[in-house]
This record gives sequence, C-alpha cells and structure tokens, in this order.
Amino acid sequence: MVEFIKAIMPNVYAYRSRFFQSCEATLQMFVIAGLISFALGLLFGVVLTVTREGGIRPNRLIYRVLDVFVNVFRSIPFVILLIFLIPFTRTVLGTAIGVKGAIIPLVFGVVPFFTRQVEAALAGVSPGKLEAARSMGSGTMGLIFRVYLHEAVPDLIRVTTITAISLIGLTTMAGAVGAGGLGSFAINYGQNQQHQDIVNVCVVVLLIFVCFLQALGSFLARKTTNRKLFARTEK
Amino acid sequence: MITINHLCKTFRLRSGDVCAARDMNLDIHEGEIYGVIGYSGAGKSTLVRCINLLETPDDGEMTIDGTTVVIRSGRVFLREGGAEKPASEKQLNALRRGIGMIFQQFNLLDRSTVADNVAYPLRYTGMSRADIDARVRELLALVDLTDKADVYPSQLSGGQKQRVAIARALANRPRILLSDEATSALDPDATESILALLRDLNRKLGLTIVLITHEMSVIKAICQRVAVMEDGAVVEEGEVYDLFAHPVQPITKRFVQSASPLGKIDKMIVEGSPLLRVGPGGYLVKLLFHRDCVGDSLISDVSRRFGVNLNIVLANVEEIQGVALGGMIAAVEGAPEAVQAALDYLRDKHVSVEVIARG
Repeated sequence: MVEFIKAIMPNVYAYRSRFFQSCEATLQMFVIAGLISFALGLLFGVVLTVTREGGIRPNRLIYRVLDVFVNVFRSIPFVILLIFLIPFTRTVLGTAIGVKGAIIPLVFGVVPFFTRQVEAALAGVSPGKLEAARSMGSGTMGLIFRVYLHEAVPDLIRVTTITAISLIGLTTMAGAVGAGGLGSFAINYGQNQQHQDIVNVCVVVLLIFVCFLQALGSFLARKTTNRKLFARTEK
Repeated sequence: MITINHLCKTFRLRSGDVCAARDMNLDIHEGEIYGVIGYSGAGKSTLVRCINLLETPDDGEMTIDGTTVVIRSGRVFLREGGAEKPASEKQLNALRRGIGMIFQQFNLLDRSTVADNVAYPLRYTGMSRADIDARVRELLALVDLTDKADVYPSQLSGGQKQRVAIARALANRPRILLSDEATSALDPDATESILALLRDLNRKLGLTIVLITHEMSVIKAICQRVAVMEDGAVVEEGEVYDLFAHPVQPITKRFVQSASPLGKIDKMIVEGSPLLRVGPGGYLVKLLFHRDCVGDSLISDVSRRFGVNLNIVLANVEEIQGVALGGMIAAVEGAPEAVQAALDYLRDKHVSVEVIARG
C-alpha cells in the first residue's frame, strides 16, 4: 500500500505530515467559521424576515440597517474582503494569520450570503400557516420558533448545504493569504514546486468532502420534508 | 355573542384606497350559524379577520363573548367597567385563543403529525403533557379521525385536513368558530361532510359559527341567518329562508338563483323563455308558497272550485332550515272572473301571486 502511494504520488508521501496538518486546518476553519456563521446567518435571516414591511413584527430601522450591512458585505469579493479585514482581525484576535486569523474574514464572507439564503427559505413558509398560528394566539416568538423555523427545516437544510459548500471554497482562498489549510498546501507545495500530484490529491480530497456534504444535505432535506426527522414510517 | 358597531377598515395600497368595511354593523346571536356571503373582494375575509383582530380595524366597536373592544384610528382598546385601556399584544393573543378559526387552505403544519397539529394551541399554556394527550384524543374523536393521530397532513385528503383544522381550532374550547371559505377547496362530498360536522358541533357544543362563503348552497345547507356583502358593506341581512323567499337586492337575487332551481324562474322570465307563453285570455302567474302552505292539493282545489285550468310550467319545492319553500309558474286559463276569483283565493291562502304575462 505504502509502496503504491509512493509510486503514484511521491510528493504527497514526502509531505504527508504537512498534508494531514492542512486537512486538519481546513476542517477547523470549516467547522468553527461554519458554526458561527450558521448561528449569525440564521439570526439575521430571521430578523430580516420578521422586521420587513408586512412581516410579523415590522421595524423599519432594524430592517434597513441589517439589509444594508448584508448588501455591502455581499458585494465585496472575498479575496478583497480578506485583506480589507486584516487590520480589524489583528485588533480583535491579535493575529491575522493562521486558522485563527481566517475565522473573522470567513464569517464576514459567509454570513451575508447565508442570511439571504435563510431569508429565502423562510419566505417559503406560507402566510396562511402564520395566520393560523396567530389566530391560535401565538406571539412573535411562537411564530418564529413554532412556525417559521419548524416548517422551513427542509429548505434551511438545503441552503445550509449550499452555503457549507461555498464555505469550503472560501477556506481554500483564505489559505492563499496565509491561513494554511488545503488551499495553501496546494499552492505552496503543489503549484509553486510543480508537484502536480499534490494539486491532484487536494482536488480529490475536496471533491470527496463536497460530495459527502451534498449527499448528507439532500438526505436530511428529504427526510424532513412533510415530516419530522426520524419519524416512524407510516404503514 | 358578537356585536359589531360602526366597523371601518380601509387598506391603503399604492394603487389607491380599498375600503373593505364601511360602517359595518352586525349582531350575531349565541349558538347560531351565521353566514356571510359575497363575491371575492366584498370584504368578507376582512370582516372575520377583524373579529379575531388578525386585522386591526381603523375604527369601530365590537363586543365578542362579553369582551368589548374599541378601536380608534387603528389603536385597540379594551373596555372594562367603563374604563378603556390600550390592549397589549398579550391580551389580544388571549382574546384570539377564545375564537377558533378555520381556513380555505387548512393551514396545517406539514411537518407535524395530526396529533401535534391539534396539540399546537395547547402547548406552552401550562397544560401537562398527559392532559394535552387526553384532550387531543378527545378532539380527534370529535372530528372522527382517531385513527389518523400519527399521520402527516400530506397523507390526508382535503376533507380530512379540514377536520384536523377544525379539531385544532376547537382545542381551546372557544365559543366562537370563524370559518373562512372552509369548504371552497373541497369536492362536493367533502364539503357536505364538513358542513354536517359544523352543524353537529353547533348543536352539540352550542358553538357560534360565523361562516364566510361565496356559495349560496353552503349558506342554504347550514346557516340560520345570513348577511350579503358587497363592496365593504352589508346590503341585505336576515333569515336564510326569507332571503330565499324574497330576495330584494340584485346581488341577493343572483346568489339565490345560483343555489335554487326557483331562481331559474326569474331567469326564464328575464330571458322570455318560450315555455312561459300562454294562450289567449290566459294568465301566466308566479306562485310562491311558503312556510305552511306548500302542497299540491291547493292547486287541484282551486282548479275544481273555480273551474279554471292550471297548467304547471315549472315547479320546485325545497327545504331551507327545515321549512319547505315552494315555487311554481303556472298558466291559468278560464273565464276572466273565475281566474280573478281563483287568484284572490290563492292570495287568501297566503300564496304570493304575481301575474307575469297575459295571453
């Protein structure tokens, strides 16, 4: 086995500890930035949905501020955002490099995108369901948690999958400016030293990861459409 | 049970103001099934949504099951013992819990089982899980869906979905049920069974039902009284029977025609149908029999007594609220005095007689 790996990808074998470190760094960035972005994006998406004109708790000021924030950060290309945020990251975290330094730009890059996706998912909840819940005496919180977030679960899973996959793309870009991970490994050890096998392996690893995420997302979305997750299957 | 005074509601849209309720007054009695009929855009949906304050009226006063709500310039106040206090969102939600509502599109939660849908209004109210389960079972039995507790709405037929919605609307034991076109998305069989269920609940629980529809057949089937709405106002109101017997407004006549073969008589008159021609010296008359005087013997009686010929062109008898309503177009032929005497005799017997044409 080892002989086989040595034969077809000698450089990957030579830099194997670097390779595993890179995988780990990418995974760390993905998980940490992903969790923070999920929470923030979900929150912002809900707030935008609720406070918009005709929403269940309209509030012009909150809506406008959040809307502008999302639009501004969504229109900045990620590579620019990365260097733009370096001073800010350094002030907040004390460093702008490594996995730690990448988290803030990643969050800024993903949250606006995910916020819009959440907004779209929540817009799919029929106004009739909200009206029915209101007629049964549900307040704002009841409508958010028991109707919006409950009924939109399959769509939320779908948009989370899309966002997670684009987050992987962003982590490799962050790698290019010093965050480590598979992106910088492919550039520094693959491209720059003309080790094509390293680039190839990075592509394959990312491909597998993306396929896994997509399959998981599709599976969960299917399992939550018109029913609870892990529901008993009906005879 | 529900008194509405001077209710106004205008929607300000970019395309202009739309008045959905202009100085509306209604009095709905406890335990009755009250129908509101009108074409789409007449303001019926706005009216029911004002009753449970899903829609805030601009102005007006409503007394709902003993609670008086006063609305001034879109602000809601509760009147308690002479004093008026601004109503909090919490108070409004409590008020809404006392009024059940069902919808055309059912509006069930697709990701919850039937039992969870019915339990929705009971959760987070301090009720214990065991009590909720017991109440849900009771409600499902009430709507005859006991075996569907663990099924999801997507697996139910339209009629079954509406039954779940009814069970859910009744979970908090409201004394009022608002029905917004609840049968409009259902096939005729399901419509009939849902209407039967509503009538049943009305009798069994003494539930006051306000039923919105655009179909006169629904009104005819279960309502005791009805208001006809047009352009944000009630144009005609009364007992369903009376409306069918003597519709006054053109819109009411159109609705009656749509639900009753009797309505066709008016249509045939307007269209000058060849069936309505009479021989020389004859009279074409429209006879309306109501309440106690429906019966064929009257016709043969008249024929024998006055020596006139009564040729029935078109006749129909139907039952509205358990009372027969009959109507007939007949050609009366005979000596002029005899015909006059025959018609006077019929009028004496409380038959409304209208001469449509003379030969």
